[in-house]
Amino acid sequence: MPDKPIIELSHLTVSYNDALILDDISFSVPAGEIFLIVGGSGSGKSTLMRHMIGLENPQKGHVFIETIDITQCSDDAFQKALKKIGVLFQSSALIGSMTIGENVALPIIEFTDLPKAVIANMVRMKLSLVGLECYVDHLPSEISGGMRKRAGLARAMALNPEILFLDEPSAGLDPITAAEIDELILHINRSLGTTMIIVTHELDSIFNLGHRLIMLEKTTKRIIAEGMPYELKTGSPHPMVRQFLSRRADMPEKQGKGEEVE
Amino acid sequence: MQSHNTQLMPESMEKTPSAWNYEIRENNASGHTVRLSGRIAIETASDCLKQLTSQLKKTALPIYFDLTDITVLDDYGALVLFELKHALKIPDAEFQIINPPEAYKKTLSLVNFDFDERCSVTSGRMKNNIIVEFGAAAIEALAGIRFMIAFIGAIALAVVDVFKRPRSLRGHDTVTYMKTTGVDALPVVALISFLLGLIIAFMSSLQLKQFGANIYVASLVAMAMVSELGPIMTAIVVAGRTGSAYAAEIATMKISEEIDALFSMGFNPTLFLVIPRLVASFITIPLLTVFANFFGIAGGLLIGVVLLDLTASAYITQTIDALTIFELMWGLMKSCVFAILISGVGCLKGFQAKGGASAVGHAATAAVVNSIFLIILFDSMFAVIRSYIG
Repeated sequence: MPDKPIIELSHLTVSYNDALILDDISFSVPAGEIFLIVGGSGSGKSTLMRHMIGLENPQKGHVFIETIDITQCSDDAFQKALKKIGVLFQSSALIGSMTIGENVALPIIEFTDLPKAVIANMVRMKLSLVGLECYVDHLPSEISGGMRKRAGLARAMALNPEILFLDEPSAGLDPITAAEIDELILHINRSLGTTMIIVTHELDSIFNLGHRLIMLEKTTKRIIAEGMPYELKTGSPHPMVRQFLSRRADMPEKQGKGEEVE
Repeated sequence: MQSHNTQLMPESMEKTPSAWNYEIRENNASGHTVRLSGRIAIETASDCLKQLTSQLKKTALPIYFDLTDITVLDDYGALVLFELKHALKIPDAEFQIINPPEAYKKTLSLVNFDFDERCSVTSGRMKNNIIVEFGAAAIEALAGIRFMIAFIGAIALAVVDVFKRPRSLRGHDTVTYMKTTGVDALPVVALISFLLGLIIAFMSSLQLKQFGANIYVASLVAMAMVSELGPIMTAIVVAGRTGSAYAAEIATMKISEEIDALFSMGFNPTLFLVIPRLVASFITIPLLTVFANFFGIAGGLLIGVVLLDLTASAYITQTIDALTIFELMWGLMKSCVFAILISGVGCLKGFQAKGGASAVGHAATAAVVNSIFLIILFDSMFAVIRSYIG
């Protein structure tokens, strides 16, 4: 694995109205890694991701995408950083008035100058990668939630970004589809070398996909574990980390599957 | 071996990692070999496709694509090869890819798709002829009417429910909607009717001055405001402000399944969502109309005093003489009907929403357009009725 960090966070601190959400978060992700952000409900996983893609600005700390500090760079540099990333949002965030095909074509038309017919084929290729090639002409409201998620993934990958951010990619999907999505993520990572930052609390995905993970904890708002999933499951000094990763409930505070606090 | 070599971007090759290159060589046996090198990927795909299409147009077949020196090949690159084959109409047997690096074999296999075979199961949108379209529109219109009748029925039932058990009316919600529908709308309604009174007084004074009938400006403004313009202007402003808000709010709840959630918790969605809005507008819109009448007359008074040399007391006396209780009540009765129309249409359009974000916008637009149309329609009907009862 290459060791040049493609994303680096240093001392990121976030608070809303005096309520501390994230405290002094620092880590770096080398290019090509599948990096997981895990933690219980309300531990700030989604907030952390929103800061990493520049949707929000932290009170303190820096986020570097390659060499660009997106917390305090110019608009031009920020646009450049955005070109390197693709994001799959938790709710897929497909544009409701456009068909699935148009949603995927949207960034391709904007950022390449390929002829229309080639783009149409590209869209079908991207959609066939996620098994939706037959739904090019459907509206997002006409397909199921799992399909929307896959279509969202196809759109996030439309421009072959160097970094893919996935917010709970397999949450709410049936086990087979979830496994397929995991497989797909692995394939993209291997064939294109895409760095993946995945927010998840699906244990299967954590062990199948993760090269490395960080776990956030909601009382301290800090990283309580960092390392490889299988090693942490048995070898973490922190009892909560071991319990989380082996899905046991015998703990002071209930953790596990649940909805994210907005 | 004869070789003709085309060098592209020789300098940028070293500088940027995005550069690519190609070399076309005539083979000893037959055909040509295209030796690709560098990145055949998203940022070079467009250029690559253009260059190769024009270069290979007249090349003798078969063509061998040598991928030995490729550093990066993504799905865009694979698609370029596929498109090239199609654009130049090269048959399968005469299009060969040689030495693809192991890592990119899977990427290349991505383009070996056959859409028609796989996509026969689900067809997307069908194209229909005009008769089918017409029929579909008629069916949809009928369904809309049915929905509307059911909606009116549901409201009637809910109203009965409220009379039977007054506590089932959500009082807190009603007060909130009274504030947003009434109190918050007062400044704009007052301003509009004041200016309206001003305009009517000014325009009519131009005519009435010629006959020395300045004082009748007061009667004219009073009659026009109280029986027609007060109720109508108020209704139109509220339809734009509140009717659309009702529709958008309920439509958003509908598409995010909140209404289904209310229903499954045992609430009656009509009682929960429609009745408070209906009651709130039924109370506040006539009150707003009273204010509109007052401010309209005040606007007329300003013109009368400033431009027509009337005294304020003469103007007010003339206004009071011109107005009758019947006139006032008639105007207020109309505004009660408009109130029901505005809130009813707003809620109905909200409940009819289906789909995504655009459904919300559509519901709001439809609510405003339909309620303004109905306001004018009912007002004309009232005018006809009025002519019969004298």
